[in-house]
This record gives sequence, C-alpha cells and structure tokens, in this order.
Amino acid sequence: MLDSSRQSNRLPAAPGVGYKPQHYDQILDHAHPVGWLEIHAENYMGDGGRPLAQLRHLSEKFPISVHGVGLSIGGEGPLDPDHLARLKHLVGWLNPASFSEHLAWSTHDSHFLNDLLPLPYTDETLERICAHIDQVQETVGRQMLLENPSSYLAFEESSWSEPDFLREIARRTGCGLLLDVNNVFVSATNLDFSPQSYIDAYPLNNVHEIHLGGHDEDEDDHGRPLLIDSHGREVVDPVWALLDYVLDRSGPKPVLIEWDTDVPDWSVLRAEADRAQAALDRIPA
Amino acid sequence: MSVSQTTFRAALLDPSAAVPDGLWDAAERPAGRRFSVYRNNVAVSLTEAMHQAFPVITQLLGSQNMDGLAGLFLRKHPPSSPLMMFYGEEFPEFLAGMEQLSHLGYLADVARLELALRRSYHSADSQAAPPDALAIPPEEIVLAKLEFAPSLKVLRSDWPLFSIWRFNSEDGAPKPAPGSEDILITRPEFDPAPHLLPKGGADWIAHIQAGLTIGEAFEHTSAEFPEFDLGATLALLLQGGAITSVSIERLAT
Repeated sequence: MLDSSRQSNRLPAAPGVGYKPQHYDQILDHAHPVGWLEIHAENYMGDGGRPLAQLRHLSEKFPISVHGVGLSIGGEGPLDPDHLARLKHLVGWLNPASFSEHLAWSTHDSHFLNDLLPLPYTDETLERICAHIDQVQETVGRQMLLENPSSYLAFEESSWSEPDFLREIARRTGCGLLLDVNNVFVSATNLDFSPQSYIDAYPLNNVHEIHLGGHDEDEDDHGRPLLIDSHGREVVDPVWALLDYVLDRSGPKPVLIEWDTDVPDWSVLRAEADRAQAALDRIPA
Repeated sequence: MSVSQTTFRAALLDPSAAVPDGLWDAAERPAGRRFSVYRNNVAVSLTEAMHQAFPVITQLLGSQNMDGLAGLFLRKHPPSSPLMMFYGEEFPEFLAGMEQLSHLGYLADVARLELALRRSYHSADSQAAPPDALAIPPEEIVLAKLEFAPSLKVLRSDWPLFSIWRFNSEDGAPKPAPGSEDILITRPEFDPAPHLLPKGGADWIAHIQAGLTIGEAFEHTSAEFPEFDLGATLALLLQGGAITSVSIERLAT
C-alpha cells in the first residue's frame, strides 16, 4: 500500500494531448497550446538523441504525463526487471506530473505482443495485479494510475465487474485511476451494458485523469456492433456526452485527447482539446 | 473454463488456430471474430513497425511483399522487449535465410544498415572535440588516441552497400557498381547519416577503438590496405562530430 504522501499527481484540470513529434514546432510556437502533454514511456527509453532532447525541452514548458504501454501489469509471469528499471530512470529524471499504466497484459515468456490484451476478473488476477502494482509503486517511488481497458470479449471465468475490480485494486494498493471514457463506451457497446451504470458504479473519487479517443466501427459474427479502440479519428458525440455525465459527478479533471494513428494536423487535434475545454467550462466551479 | 496467457498468445500468433474456449460475447456465445480484433492489432501494429523500421527494404521489395515478410517475421520473432524502437534485430539474419530472396544477397546488409541508423539515432548524446583538436604537429598526431561518440557506427559489407542505400533513398543517385563498400554512420546533432569509408577505414577505426594510437592504427591498417587514406577518414569523423576526445601521451623528455 502506497504511503499517501507520495500520491503526487500534479496534472491541471485542463485539456492535454498525446504528444506526437510532428507537432513539436506548433506546440512551441502556439500562443495558447494545451494545459499538458502525455508521452508513451517506451518511446523515451533510448539513451539520447532527438526524442529525449525534445522531451527535456517540452518538460520545461508543460506538465508531462508519462503513460506506459509496455509494463504488462496483468502478466502471469513476473514484471520485467529491466523494463521496471527503465521506468524508474525515466520517472526519476523527468519527475512527471503523473505516471500511468494499463489494466492489461502484453508480455508473456519474454515475448512482447505490442497490444493491450484482456484479463479475466478473478480473485487470482486481482492478487497478481495488486502485487505487481505494489512492486511498481515501490520501485518507481510514486503513485501510478491504472487505466480501464477497451474490451472486445468477456472471460467465462470472470467473477468481478470491472468497476468493482478497479475499486478493489485502488483500495488495496493505493494506486489512482485513469478513466478512459471512450474505453467505457467501446466496452459497453461491445459487451452490451449501460455506460452510465458503469460510471455510477465506478470509484470516481480515485480518478486523477480522463482519456478520450476515437474508435472504429465493425460488426461481430452475429451482425452486432463491434467498436474498436483505434485512436485514429475524432471523439464521437456519444462519448462527449458520456464525458459530461462523468464530469457532472467527478468535478473538473485533467482530460486527454489521444490520437495515435493517422495523426492529424495540429489544428485538428487542438480543436478536440478545445472541445474538452468547453466540457470542463460547463461544469460549475 | 480458464484461458491461460500461454493459450491466448498461441492463438493470437497463429491465425489458423481455433479461438480459445472460455472467451465469449455478452450473450455467452463463443468470441469468434471478436478474438480477431486482438490478432489483427498485434499483426497490424508489428507490420507497421517493420515498415517504419526498414523503409529502404520496404522500397526495394514493395509494400505488399514487405507486409508478407513482416507477417512471417513477427510470428517467428515477436518483439523480445517493449522498446519497439529496437524491433527487428533478427531481421537481417531472417532475410539472409529466405531462399526466395537469395538472388538479392545484399538485402541483409541493407537491413543491418537500417538497424544501425536507428541505433545511432537513439544513442547517447556526446560533445564533439573542438575543430582544432587535431591541429597539432604531425609527430604528435601519431601519438594521439581518440574516443568516439556513442552514435558512431561502422558497417562492413561485401556489397556496394553505400551506393545501394543512396540509389534507394536519394533522387538521381548513380546506379550501384559492383564492389564492396564499408560505411561510417555519424550523427552531427540528431540525424544520423551514412558515409562511404575509404578502403581500410573500418579496420583503422576498430584499431582506434581497441586503444591504439593514430600512428599504430595507421601502420596496422596500411600493412593490409596500402592505399588507406587516413586524412579522408579523419575528415569524415571530424565533420560528423564523431571524435569526442583527443589525448596525447607525450614521450618523457
């Protein structure tokens, strides 16, 4: 369990964007860019060169959120000690405003699969994830936020609901939560539940960051809608509406726009951040 | 019915394998193509990573052929680390072992070059020695030892590797002529660039890296390559900011 004095999330309750190197100049030239930037930890684990130079420079001007995509918190095997050491090093020198990872697995038997893979919500998984999060927070020396996944299928063996599972992880480990509102919408559509009732059951008090992103639409074998979390387009209206539903209950939070494939011009990304600002502006202070 | 990650991964990497039991939709029907979303994410993201990592190979083979090769490669060599910036380490060897590509013997060396450029891009930063660091009397130069930037990389090839690379990445570059070419990669600031090394240059650099003085390295190199051009080699290193320190052990007087 993490000591509460190390729960040091310092992201402002403002819009942020996922940083893409092609936007470097515009972000620095823009008079009013965004409140903060998020980076994928693994892209900044080289020894030097342009990525680290850009990050050092950006970190002097913006709060930075370090978002890991490769730790495999839900992996059946032990966490990769080399990767944990690299995270500790990055978080150590950068001293970011926030550090987060995913409720997922991606590495098995030292093979990294480059995707966020799903987990059964069982007591056994719970124990393992809590032990891994304890190890991460102990090693990195600060609180981590855990993000809810987008789900395309369910496990027969699951015995917990996702909100209860996340609440219990946060209670046992002292980790914070990163609520991906698009992921809730995607999972709710794919697994046929109400996104509002998910939010009603979700421990909003533990949320320190919100994610929004675009998804693609497909169909399953039975002609039912199958939404895919692609981060390759604008956030859709029902997800903006769900954001309002969340903010009405949580109060202001840092809100991130994620756009990772078919990355658009800065102006398009910036317009999405403006829309997030409008959503934050409409909640009473 | 529980699904282990071993089972999940095996089905993920083998498109012909059955979807594991114990995965279902909201109506408790078998997951079917819902599982394919994960299969697709893995294959597409790793294929995309291979295209980005090996742009010249992609250009030489064509995008569709590269898709096919990447599909075979990623199943044989899934990434061994979450650092995707270094994915594809085994690709040169994989290409060399592909019988269908044996008529393009130079492909493996092109892949080695693309890997080396990426490693150089992510290497630690360093401070180049001042431009006048070697403006010293010739009798002292031969006694000097050099240290190189971590971003310096050397590739030896039995193929005209530099000319092949140029022909496929520069407009109007001349057609490669037969012969062997060694390459020096330097990274003046953030962008690594390959240069053609004079004959013997790769040996001379290896001698310097082993701790020999400029003079000793020159003697060893010119014994094998009488035409070795030390001045041209030093000029490439200096222009690329690849020399980080010059130290001279003066003889006791």
